[in-house]
Amino acid sequence: MSGHSTYVPKSAIGRWFESRLPIMGLIHSSFVVFPNPRNLNYYWTFGGILAFMLVSQILTGVVLAMHYVANVDLAFNSVEHIMRDVNYGWMLRYLHANGASMFFVAVYVHIARGLYYGSYKEPREVLWILGVIIFLLMMATAFMGYVLPWGQMSFWGATVITNLFSALPVVGETIVTYLWGGFSVGNPTLNRFFSLHYLLPFMIAGVVVLHVWALHVPGSNNPAGIDKKTDKDTLPFHPYFTVKDAFAVVCFLIFFCWFAFYIPNYLGHADNYIEANAAVTPAHIVPEWYFLPFYAILRAVPDKLLGVLAMFGSIAILVFLPWLDSSKVRSGSYRPAFQVFFWVFVANAIVLGWLGGKPPEGLYVHASRLCTLYYFAYFIVVLPLLGKFERTRPLPASIAEAVLGTSGSASAMAGSVAASPNTKG
Amino acid sequence: MTDVATTATEHTRRDFLFIATGAAGAVAAASAIWPFVSQMAPDADTIAAGAPVDFDLTPVAEGQIVKLFWRGKLIFVRHRTKTEIKSAVETDVASLRDPEPDSVRVKAGKAQWLIVYGNCTHLGCVPLGNDGAFNGWLCPCHGSIFDTSGRIRQGPAPTNLPVPPYEFVSDQKIRIG
Ligand code: HEM
Ligand code: FES
Repeated sequence: MSGHSTYVPKSAIGRWFESRLPIMGLIHSSFVVFPNPRNLNYYWTFGGILAFMLVSQILTGVVLAMHYVANVDLAFNSVEHIMRDVNYGWMLRYLHANGASMFFVAVYVHIARGLYYGSYKEPREVLWILGVIIFLLMMATAFMGYVLPWGQMSFWGATVITNLFSALPVVGETIVTYLWGGFSVGNPTLNRFFSLHYLLPFMIAGVVVLHVWALHVPGSNNPAGIDKKTDKDTLPFHPYFTVKDAFAVVCFLIFFCWFAFYIPNYLGHADNYIEANAAVTPAHIVPEWYFLPFYAILRAVPDKLLGVLAMFGSIAILVFLPWLDSSKVRSGSYRPAFQVFFWVFVANAIVLGWLGGKPPEGLYVHASRLCTLYYFAYFIVVLPLLGKFERTRPLPASIAEAVLGTSGSASAMAGSVAASPNTKG
Repeated sequence: MTDVATTATEHTRRDFLFIATGAAGAVAAASAIWPFVSQMAPDADTIAAGAPVDFDLTPVAEGQIVKLFWRGKLIFVRHRTKTEIKSAVETDVASLRDPEPDSVRVKAGKAQWLIVYGNCTHLGCVPLGNDGAFNGWLCPCHGSIFDTSGRIRQGPAPTNLPVPPYEFVSDQKIRIG
């Protein structure tokens, strides 16, 4: 692999600095000359989109924190104060609130991409597990953020989710009391949630660094799911992928802004504009849309402890995925039978999300149980067995061949390879 | 210094020091963690707010449910009607998920007063009074149904609504806590 710092700064100051802290060389080898498979499609731009969203959340969040007050008597009004009095406060809050949703849109596409193209398989297991950790931290961050405006949904969401721990035998009640810092969700809870909501995004940023580091050891997977072998299989990160990622971010921003500026409350709940009231639970309490599939799994199980275990298990199982999937072929594109199960899995996850927003009665409960069953069966039954029985399509000999066809199309290839060196500076 | 380290006895002494240092370090680290965990617990202020509260029952009409807070926790005071008491008493205790006769959930001779915590034992929502199949409570969150004795009858909640510690200080006054 190329990319080990052959970088020499042009200026004398640059060379002086580089010999003391070789950070420019690191950036150069990681994001300028880094050889990426040439066949990456737009699903591979979601990593960049996620990085953009993390920065966006941190920027808007830090500014909101300058006007927000984490106290049960003041929090709700301080958010209204941000909305009405602070210059552009409405915009910053809508960007932050909708930004959280967009963050999850992007992460779900990013995860589905990994599931389809087998990006979790050897040698990317650690990379995948770091991703699952980021996902967990994101969920914790978003959950605690949603508590901060101290509306009815904030309060009751916090109550229901913290109470999940009370399902644990023996220690459950103590854990919940320690989470609350009291005997119910109250001021100590709000304060610590604010502290952690501020902290966790920076921990996410730290894990993202490890995630990218682990990525850059084998390099990106690709739609063909085969390793890069020669220079013909790759293109330098800059300008090919920097520009492609930037274009994708702009398209995503249009989508994001459409929500933030035209339908800013579409993804929220009207009940959260009513101040928290410990004596009344809203008639329909549902979590934010991005938690609904997991919420549906929780409610599908009639037993309290088993329900909680199933919900956490549905995420924990992702950690073991690299060892559950028995197929040696990475990319779903060459696995026709797998594709059927995969798309059913995606549809199933969406249906679970829809069911999570429905009242837990009658047919909805039965449907949730079926969908929960398929969710787990996909990991525990389908993927371990499928690799043993399915007939896969023949893999292309190389990434270049996957892009340009078997005939090699030597002239076209020579053309683009020749073009790449000039583009560096 | 360097050449003595080659003898066998010196090795053991080093190993001992190594393990002793490691053990002392582990104990120190563990005890340093304790304050960080302990600060999460309810603070003195919150616990002090748990002093007993007196509540006058006179204004609570028959059939009415009143909500009050003790230690930040919601409590229902329900003035039960004759039919509500009757259906609570006549329930077959053995058929219950959390079997408890009505008599242990109220004070002797005060069967009209049911005092229970007001958060669902499933995940803590506030059940709606005079609702559900047993006219006790219905939880809007995941559909748990409680009877007129606050006992779980249907849905995911595992236990009855607990009875807080309280006593009658006079005929029409209770002290919670
Ligand atoms: C991983 C990145 C983050 C996510 C997913 C996230 C998510 C959220 C969510 C869902 C809300 C509730 C929005 C609402 O309905 O009003 C919120 C509120 C808030 N967040 Fe964040 N957040 C992130 C990073 C940050 C950071 C770094 C800060 C900096 C201190 C911050 C500060 C705040 C504040 C002050 C509020 C309360 C104001 C409000 O409700 O709009 N957030 N966050
Ligand atoms: S909180 Fe009452 S049924 Fe879940």
